[in-house]
Amino acid sequence: MSTATAVSPTPGADALRAIARRFADAAPACDYWTLRLVDETYEGLAVRDDVAEPSSIGASRGAMVTLVTDGGVGYAATADLSPAGLAAAAGQAATSAALHARLGLFDAKLFPRTSVRDSYETQVKQPWAQMTLADKLGLLGDACARLDLGERIVERAAWLGHRRVHQLLVSSDGAHLDQTLSYVHSGLAATAHIAGQTQTRTGGGHDRPGQGGLERLAGAGLLDDAERVATEAIALCEAPECPSGQMDLLLLPSQMTLQIHESIGHPLELDRILGDERNYAGLSFVTPDMFGTYRYGSSLLNVTFDPGVAGELASCAADDDGTPAKRVHLIRDGILERPLGGELSQRRARLAGVACARASGWDRPPIDRMANINLEPNEEALSDMIARVERGVLMDTNRSWSIDDSRNKFQFSCQLGRLIEDGELRGLVRNPGYRGVSARFWRSLDGVGGRETLEVRGVRNCGKGEPNQSVYVGHASPPCLFRDIDVFGGGL
Amino acid sequence: MTPERFFALFDTLAAGLSGDELLFAGLGAERSDFVRLNQNRVRQAGSVHSADLGLTLIDGARQVAGGCPLSGDADADLAQARALLTRLRERIVHVPDDPYLNISTEPARSERRLDATLPTPDEAIGTLTDLAEGLDLVGIWAAGDVMEGLASSIGHRHWHQSRSFNLDWSSYLGRDKAVKASWSGFDWQPEQLRHKLEQQRADLAVLGRPTRSIEPGRYRAYLAPAALAELMDLLAWGGFGLRDHRTQQTPLLKLATGEQQLSPQLTVVEEHKRGLAPGFTDEGFTKPDQVKLIEEGWYQDCLADARSAKEYEAAVNAAAEYPEALAIAPGDLATAEALHALDTGILIGNLWYCNWSDRNACRMTGMTRFGTFWVEHGEPVAPLAVMRFDDSLYHLLGDRLEGLTRERELLLSAETYDGRSTDSSLLPGALVSGIDLAL
Repeated sequence: MSTATAVSPTPGADALRAIARRFADAAPACDYWTLRLVDETYEGLAVRDDVAEPSSIGASRGAMVTLVTDGGVGYAATADLSPAGLAAAAGQAATSAALHARLGLFDAKLFPRTSVRDSYETQVKQPWAQMTLADKLGLLGDACARLDLGERIVERAAWLGHRRVHQLLVSSDGAHLDQTLSYVHSGLAATAHIAGQTQTRTGGGHDRPGQGGLERLAGAGLLDDAERVATEAIALCEAPECPSGQMDLLLLPSQMTLQIHESIGHPLELDRILGDERNYAGLSFVTPDMFGTYRYGSSLLNVTFDPGVAGELASCAADDDGTPAKRVHLIRDGILERPLGGELSQRRARLAGVACARASGWDRPPIDRMANINLEPNEEALSDMIARVERGVLMDTNRSWSIDDSRNKFQFSCQLGRLIEDGELRGLVRNPGYRGVSARFWRSLDGVGGRETLEVRGVRNCGKGEPNQSVYVGHASPPCLFRDIDVFGGGL
Repeated sequence: MTPERFFALFDTLAAGLSGDELLFAGLGAERSDFVRLNQNRVRQAGSVHSADLGLTLIDGARQVAGGCPLSGDADADLAQARALLTRLRERIVHVPDDPYLNISTEPARSERRLDATLPTPDEAIGTLTDLAEGLDLVGIWAAGDVMEGLASSIGHRHWHQSRSFNLDWSSYLGRDKAVKASWSGFDWQPEQLRHKLEQQRADLAVLGRPTRSIEPGRYRAYLAPAALAELMDLLAWGGFGLRDHRTQQTPLLKLATGEQQLSPQLTVVEEHKRGLAPGFTDEGFTKPDQVKLIEEGWYQDCLADARSAKEYEAAVNAAAEYPEALAIAPGDLATAEALHALDTGILIGNLWYCNWSDRNACRMTGMTRFGTFWVEHGEPVAPLAVMRFDDSLYHLLGDRLEGLTRERELLLSAETYDGRSTDSSLLPGALVSGIDLAL
């Protein structure tokens, strides 16, 4: 059973600073320490089939103490932020550090130290609190009602949520990194059922989460998008199955998000390459010798780690180890340049990486994660790419994802497909899917949309790590065209 | 957190209720040690102490929910809880009546404690790394207390506490050649660990042979319990929930309507009583001992949480609409005879990253992973390169299911996303006449 984890009155920035000062004043004797204080609040609202679901507010607050002492590294996380609570946590961390000193995988001297002093705050134009609870529920009720296109729609839902994470990282080297990230997300879903076929279509910003405030709703289209969502759910039930065979594939940004995430982002994580994740998330087909020479994709493939895109989910000033974050190319003109590895992994692997050591909360230690991993635009219009396809399928919005533990053999399915024949878009097809091998797939990239086609999206459920951690990850991409891909449809 | 402190906190809080207000409080807490290993050495070692209070305030037909962290200091925690309750009171006037509000109005009490004498992380990891000397071992040690409680102003008082360990690991021969094992429970016996590691060393010897690559196509296969667990985990995603059935989204829709049938050998039961999860729901309902989901290939009951039960006029039989303690009834195939019965085909030790290809057809895809071998004449002869399957459960557990093993494995979840999971499953192995490999 899970309790409704979460909110109470926030202690505020000053309170976190006071806690940090008290800890520093009585800091444990050790080679190096960090204290990462996290105060998080969230709220979730939903209306399903015209009935408001129980509204919920939540909070999470605690501290991660990390010590480097006597040749080992250890951590301890606690919700007790009193001086005694943090002192007890420091004692626990020291015990864990002693275990690491005795049986550690790497020399504790490799552990990164930070003295960064910086701050970051999401730009919020319209704060979450500016709209009343009643008005939010009213908006969701209206949106849900607009999804009602008759009895063929068997379930309708509209939702809206807010999350605010305030994190303060201080260290014995004088670091003071104060970051506040705010998110608003929304979505619509309509499920249709006709003659044994059930299809769900989503919209209303569902797969476009990002940083910001209620101003994000203007682009989400909670009301305006509803009729399209429900209409397409019905149409998909009545559409023919997606054809099977080798053909061209045009992926919209709503699917490129997952394609980038699973077959570029994860394979480039340096902790996978170092073997840390082999018992759970897996390893990678990428090996250390590939950086600098390996052709990951066609020359159209340019991928960046970019923490500076306004509104993207993982924009920040620095990672959770306190390493300043900056934009760098991971893949340039199709050639693999650098992995996604934080300072510790970089030192273990002797490879240059990026500032991507991230933790899901105060109760988990940082590990190598994606942040904003973006596929850079080229110059082609979507219509021009369609015109270059003799036989293929356009696919929109991910609904299923599966990839092997080396992040090589994948199979993805989308909510909606549309045939392309002789350079023109044709009718809808249902249950569209495709499979491929990462190492070959990106070399078949033959078209990348221009800047005007770029969409900033992301996922809120990237899972990895032992103990498990789920984080927000940003992905921006234009539509992309791939040649000669194994496409398939549904059925027994 | 102790039950006495939790219930005392609740009593003080509930003393301030007024009018027709009702209050439910849930507690989720853990004190866990985590040690992560790579190359049979410590990658990350630490501990987590957390406690979260969840409150549901009910007034008439309206309800609102919220939560706050608890620090362990009684006065501070009471202040937090009171502040949260004040916020809930401010909110409840703005929400409409909830037609699906459903709470247990019968006061009930229970207390369940699963205790263990655990080694310290230093002792456990020291023993493990000694016994695994020479192995490229990667995995995690998770151990400690998990506590869940429920109290209500109606009079519910429930407490569930378990102290356990969960060691989940793989031993690698190179790149993606590996065997996986787990050992969890309440009784730390290094001899059992030694036995499991010796078995892994034997399996690694076979894994060291040249890898066999096969073409996509249909192959006979034996799915070990851990592989079957991956299929059932995916099926749990919408397969058994009452709401998923009533809104016709369940991947088992064709089974529920009688359009398709699964093998008469297949009986699937949610065994609340056997499981490690609490026996009560957030709304105060007591779970039944078991819920029969599929019997001899035919669909039986759904899992109904309190909200769906009210909406669809059913009895509450689950905390959430997915299995927490799933079991598949045993068959009559002796595990020791499984490979002989397979003869030539694939021994699938584990599957990975399963997802739906087509929910309407209960068709799923996923990858082989860990300890998958090509078998000839009942003997594993070579490790198999990882392969992607894409097939329907209507085949794998339907017309192509040849047998289930007599012996079953109890698999305790190693998942830790929202704290240490208390989910478990009790599963046999499955012999199938064909599984479709796609890539």
